[in-house]
Amino acid sequence: MLFAFTEDQAAITEAARGMLIESCTPADLRRLLANGEAIDKTRWQTIIDMGLLGICAPEDKGGLGLSLIDFVGIAEAAGYVALPEPLIEMAGVVVPLLASLDDKGWLARVLAGEIVAVGHPANPLVSEADGAAAFVLSSGDDLHLVERDAVTLTRVDSFDPFRRLFCADWAPSAATHVNGGWRQTAQRGAVLAAAQMLGLGQRCVDIAVAYAKDRHQFGKPIGCYQAVKHLLADAQVKIEFARPVVHAAAIELPLGSPAAKARVAHAKLAAAEAADLAARTAVQVHGAMGMTWEVDVHFFLKRALALKTAWGTPAMHMAQVIDRMTALPTGPEHTFAASFEHG
Amino acid sequence: MNLEYTPEQRAFRLEVRAWMETNVPKERLPSFDLTREGFEAHRDWERKLSDGRWGMVTWPEELGGRGLDLIRWLIFEEEYYRAEAPTRVNQNGIFLLGPTMMEFGTEEQKQRFLPSMAAGDVIWAQAWSEPGAGSDLAGVRSTCARDGDEYVLNGQKIWSSRAVFADWAFGLFREPGSERHKGMSLILFPLDAPGVTRRPIERMDGEKVFAEIFLDNVRVPVADRLGGEGEGWKVCMATAGFERGLLLRSPARYQQAAKRLIGLYERHRHELPASMAERVAQSWMDADAYALAIYAMCSRLAAGGTIGPESSTNKIFWSELDMALSQTALDILGPRAELAEGDPERWLDYYIFALAGPIYAGSNEIQRNIIAERMLGLPKG
Ligand SMILES: Cc1cc2nc3c(=O)[nH]c(=O)nc-3n(C[C@H](O)[C@H](O)[C@H](O)COP(=O)(O)OP(=O)(O)OC[C@H]3O[C@@H](n4cnc5c(N)ncnc54)[C@H](O)[C@@H]3O)c2cc1C
Repeated sequence: MLFAFTEDQAAITEAARGMLIESCTPADLRRLLANGEAIDKTRWQTIIDMGLLGICAPEDKGGLGLSLIDFVGIAEAAGYVALPEPLIEMAGVVVPLLASLDDKGWLARVLAGEIVAVGHPANPLVSEADGAAAFVLSSGDDLHLVERDAVTLTRVDSFDPFRRLFCADWAPSAATHVNGGWRQTAQRGAVLAAAQMLGLGQRCVDIAVAYAKDRHQFGKPIGCYQAVKHLLADAQVKIEFARPVVHAAAIELPLGSPAAKARVAHAKLAAAEAADLAARTAVQVHGAMGMTWEVDVHFFLKRALALKTAWGTPAMHMAQVIDRMTALPTGPEHTFAASFEHG
Repeated sequence: MNLEYTPEQRAFRLEVRAWMETNVPKERLPSFDLTREGFEAHRDWERKLSDGRWGMVTWPEELGGRGLDLIRWLIFEEEYYRAEAPTRVNQNGIFLLGPTMMEFGTEEQKQRFLPSMAAGDVIWAQAWSEPGAGSDLAGVRSTCARDGDEYVLNGQKIWSSRAVFADWAFGLFREPGSERHKGMSLILFPLDAPGVTRRPIERMDGEKVFAEIFLDNVRVPVADRLGGEGEGWKVCMATAGFERGLLLRSPARYQQAAKRLIGLYERHRHELPASMAERVAQSWMDADAYALAIYAMCSRLAAGGTIGPESSTNKIFWSELDMALSQTALDILGPRAELAEGDPERWLDYYIFALAGPIYAGSNEIQRNIIAERMLGLPKG
């Protein structure tokens, strides 16, 4: 029992986080928007060169062979900067999925920076599809690996300007069919969405704190007033108590048991609530400025809003939690999903 | 990171479980806040725990403990609450004063006070608050005037939990003439010393859960000061860190309560709207989230970390969780909730005590100030 990151885990996260925070500033996001660019190609190349896409890929396929828990801190950092590039989806969701399928060589291509977009039944629209070279799509229980030119895409605009969503039209065939199933794809997606929401929430708090120190009313910084302090403190408390759940979910997910699934659902619910509160709080602390395009809060608020329902809605996750709560024993000796494995 | 117990930890759990199954009283003990008998029944339970060397498993063996790490302490607590063992009448001693003494006490003090604390022979009360000094603890006015090898204590303390029947207290006093955070000392004194008068205060339900303590020229040896002279504030803040952050409210308490809440919900499910399941689930999730946060905190402490301002986030979280949990139970009970005999599980009592959670151990408003100023770096008011 050790519920703390090892030095190695912390070092990998720190390297990625440092790069992301330095390069992906709100000013940079605005520059991309102004130029009509979906992603920053230089940063994507850095991500490839740092080997971040292969963290969860098997070692014999050129990856580091690490687990979701080794990647979860990077997802939090990606949320913190509202990263436009699909690092989290590729490295955390697509790579492990391809590694479990007859991938027809696509895993290697993803590690080299090509994009494979995923049309999972949990998500009504396919994201990142315009840049994709191929797709993993489902037809009933079957999975299909479909090349770009066999899919017709129709763009559906998102409130989040960096989320590029599409309806995908395609026809399944024997040639596209691959053996394998979704396995834990939706759960990995949910945990990583949760991790990103932790980062998004923290960024909202940090932006609001900076503003509260700077903005003066009644002759003092507004951050002196308790009403403002307490709003921010409450948002921070929510984040603090969502984080360990997300980490536990990342560790327990591979067990695949009902307890592990409920933990994932809990993580997603808790992180969504934290991000939601933090984003609303950040708007409130900014006053009318909070409603504007000029203040950066909206980048983080929008991503949080989008991720809240990605990879399963709160209602669906709540239902999973209730199922586990009533079907399996509860109580202090059942904190961890592994407690059910050992009887 | 890994979230599996070692075989040794699992064996330890079973050892605690077996002992609890044999030893936890079958009948609920009478309240320790109503009568001397109830108090002594709880002291007997402390003695029994101590005989089994379960008083405080993290303490060194020579002080009556087992020298175990914090993860095992959590396992112990889980089994303790799982067995619905009696509330610790000596919680202020073992959870607050004990760890403070380990940090600040002299060898002589540790030998003198800790084994008797672990054994339940001396039950401790905390005497910090005063009528004029609640949230603003630096406003205490009770004094400790140095007279050779003795201090002469004068003043009035209030809200001292269990002090009606307790044996000793650890009090916060100041040198006459000193101001605010300077000149304070933490002083241990027997509650039956000449010059000490206790007056019980009834809680809204009639239980005498706390006392006022009047001190009139109470003489205590200088050797019974804990920490340096004039360093009382620093010592108290360390105690408050343990209190809010970790020891006072172990997660198992809420997880067991959540389990009982789930049981209550299931028994009444047929008469409840579906939305009630979500409220129950929220409390259960929050209890687990608190447990996970504490496991993470203990892992950090084991790696040499310290408890910082996150103790304030813990305090807010457990107190709000406790309130929501018991409110949900009352809502499930519906019109039965208000009846004195309506509910064998006594959720109303639970709720009444939960109401105090956001007040004691430093009110939640004060904790929010601490989070805002020390974690987030916002300017002082
Ligand atoms: C069940 C229970 C057990 C207790 N046990 C003990 C014990 O064993 N020993 C002991 O010494 N004390 C004990 N206390 C006392 C406890 O520590 C105090 O009640 C607490 O510190 C608050 O002080 P107060 O009651 O004087 O409230 P006040 O300080 O008068 O506060 C009243 C209200 O004003 C708010 N407030 C005060 N100052 C501020 C501020 N700066 N900013 C925002 N809001 C503020 C408070 O949050 C509260 O809501 C206990 C209290 C309870 C309820």
